Amino acid sequence: MTVRFLTPVSGALVILGLSGTAALADSIQLAGKSDLNPEAIVMFLIFVIATLGITKWAAARTKSATDFYAAGGGITGFQNGLAIAGDYMSAASFLGISGLVFANGYDGLIYSVGWLVGWPIVLFLIAERLRNLGKYTFADVAAFRLKPTPIRVLSATGTLVVVAFYLIAQMVGAGKLIQTLFGLDYLYAVIIVGLLMIIYVAFGGMVATTWVQIIKACMLLGGATFMALMVLAKFGFSPEAMFQRATEVHPGGTAIMGPGALVKDPISTLSLGLALMFGTAGLPHILMRFFTVADAKAARKSVFYATGFIGYFYILTFIIGFGAITLLLQEPTYFKAGALPAANGSYSPADMIGSGNMSAVHLSQAVGGSLFLGFISAVAFATILAVVAGLTLAGATAVSHDLYASVIARGRINEHQEIRLSRIAAVMIGSIAIFLGYVFENQNVAFMVGLAFAIAASCNFPVLAMSIFWRGTTTRGAFVGGFLGLISATVMVVLSPSVWEKTLGYPSGSAVFPYDNPALFSMTLAFAGIWLFSITDRSQSADDERAAFEVQYVRSETGIGASAVAAH
Amino acid sequence: MSEEHDDLIRRVQSDPQFHDLVRRRARLAWFLSGLMIVIYFGFVLTIAYFPGLLSQSLAGGVTTVGIPVGIGVIVSAFVLTGIYVARANTTFDALTKEIIERQQG
Repeated sequence: MTVRFLTPVSGALVILGLSGTAALADSIQLAGKSDLNPEAIVMFLIFVIATLGITKWAAARTKSATDFYAAGGGITGFQNGLAIAGDYMSAASFLGISGLVFANGYDGLIYSVGWLVGWPIVLFLIAERLRNLGKYTFADVAAFRLKPTPIRVLSATGTLVVVAFYLIAQMVGAGKLIQTLFGLDYLYAVIIVGLLMIIYVAFGGMVATTWVQIIKACMLLGGATFMALMVLAKFGFSPEAMFQRATEVHPGGTAIMGPGALVKDPISTLSLGLALMFGTAGLPHILMRFFTVADAKAARKSVFYATGFIGYFYILTFIIGFGAITLLLQEPTYFKAGALPAANGSYSPADMIGSGNMSAVHLSQAVGGSLFLGFISAVAFATILAVVAGLTLAGATAVSHDLYASVIARGRINEHQEIRLSRIAAVMIGSIAIFLGYVFENQNVAFMVGLAFAIAASCNFPVLAMSIFWRGTTTRGAFVGGFLGLISATVMVVLSPSVWEKTLGYPSGSAVFPYDNPALFSMTLAFAGIWLFSITDRSQSADDERAAFEVQYVRSETGIGASAVAAH
Repeated sequence: MSEEHDDLIRRVQSDPQFHDLVRRRARLAWFLSGLMIVIYFGFVLTIAYFPGLLSQSLAGGVTTVGIPVGIGVIVSAFVLTGIYVARANTTFDALTKEIIERQQG
């Protein structure tokens, strides 16, 4: 039997993997810097002014630690659902998935599905228990009955590593994308993104970050809906007519209507699936969002709405990708000067100006003119800002709340000092991100988001899940198992073909670890490590931790004693 | 934690209805998680081993069976979360409230 598998996992991660921003921006580079785009700049300025206004308003309301870290717990389930969607849908998933559909048709849909299916798992297993047990971070939950110092060191490390890789990928991608769309210098673009995210987070905390994410989600969903409707309208709202036309003009013909796929082994497919599914449940900036709502009821609703918005968005990108096939493939304006069309007048998707990843941007011009092109460019910028702001806040909180307040000061710190420290941490993280964005400009950072998901699935998620569900979990088990997951995931990614060969440039076939995604192995190691080092832990403190499970269990299932909404 | 709080936790813990509630909610949550995993990995493995199933025409035109199936996986994620939220936010939350109120006396 011929086993046909998904396109190489690294390819999937490069294109979809949010990290994609970097990879796709690489390929977007036209002949150097493009011209200034006045419509895009005006619309982006409107967005910036509006969000800075919100930040000012949010700063005035941000008085306590609960305000700063969790928006006072006053966000509704619906708002939080939008904010989660805004935190999760990156510029790369918008441009990358539609670009993948444009180039390969149905395969693009297969990939987008993988990014959605983690959400129900987050709801069924994590969301309400997290809300019932924690206050600001997932470390609060893991440290509920385990020893705070080692657990917070572990969780903060997991958080900062995930945030660092995710942030570098976003910064580099943002710089290149903005350089292309707005005609700004790379360095200026990185500095603008960095400064704005520092301002949102340091002054406006979670309130400002939430509203930036909500506005971005509305802009992205609105823009994508308009584009999809314009495409469908050209075909009398008949998908069959659209697909018919697509198969006529696409070089792949009717093959684009089914799974195409390069051959890949089942292990890689399974491993990527696990990383996507359980990595989502271990992303610190996403988990933090569950503390912004009043109670478990609202936490559940948040996931329901977020799943709806994100799923709807992926369906739109599928239509947009087909729209690009039908409306752009025979238009010479969108293709490189030297490219030659086939006999039927169609160009090859690969010859598109800025590569196929720019298909959604070109489509915006085709269906809505330069004004709409400007809007979509501004949406791409806003999209990046919302994601990096969420990451910066999660990183700053890990430093101030988990590391400083609990580990270094051991509780001898008041709320105001803690918030101040968090603001300073946000400035530092933002500055480091700008610096790294600058340093990594010409590096291949495409693997970094894949690595972030793998670490989230192999360190944060196992520690969180085992501390919530398994009575036997002890501090020693969680600490050893969590670091096993973190270190093994990182080492396996470095030794994988996508980093060892494609990034570090060692010869093909020399990679020690054969798969691009380590989650299947590193997650197993983490869970096995937590189990083994817990059951062999015969200390008195381990017995106390097991005994404390009952109280944690009742609270996690009922919400008795859960942190309440801040009084306003 | 206050004395009163610890006391309430102990009383809830010894309430048989609490264990019944948790068992029912956990059964639903694990069932739906399992269903999502089966749907997603079922979809991906079908693509791997039987791609032809999804490439065949749906109704004689160019639209393939794979289109509604793929979109169906997306919709199923939304529907499954909806089922859980509908049950948890009504039945289970009402039960939780009842148990806590009874034990608070």
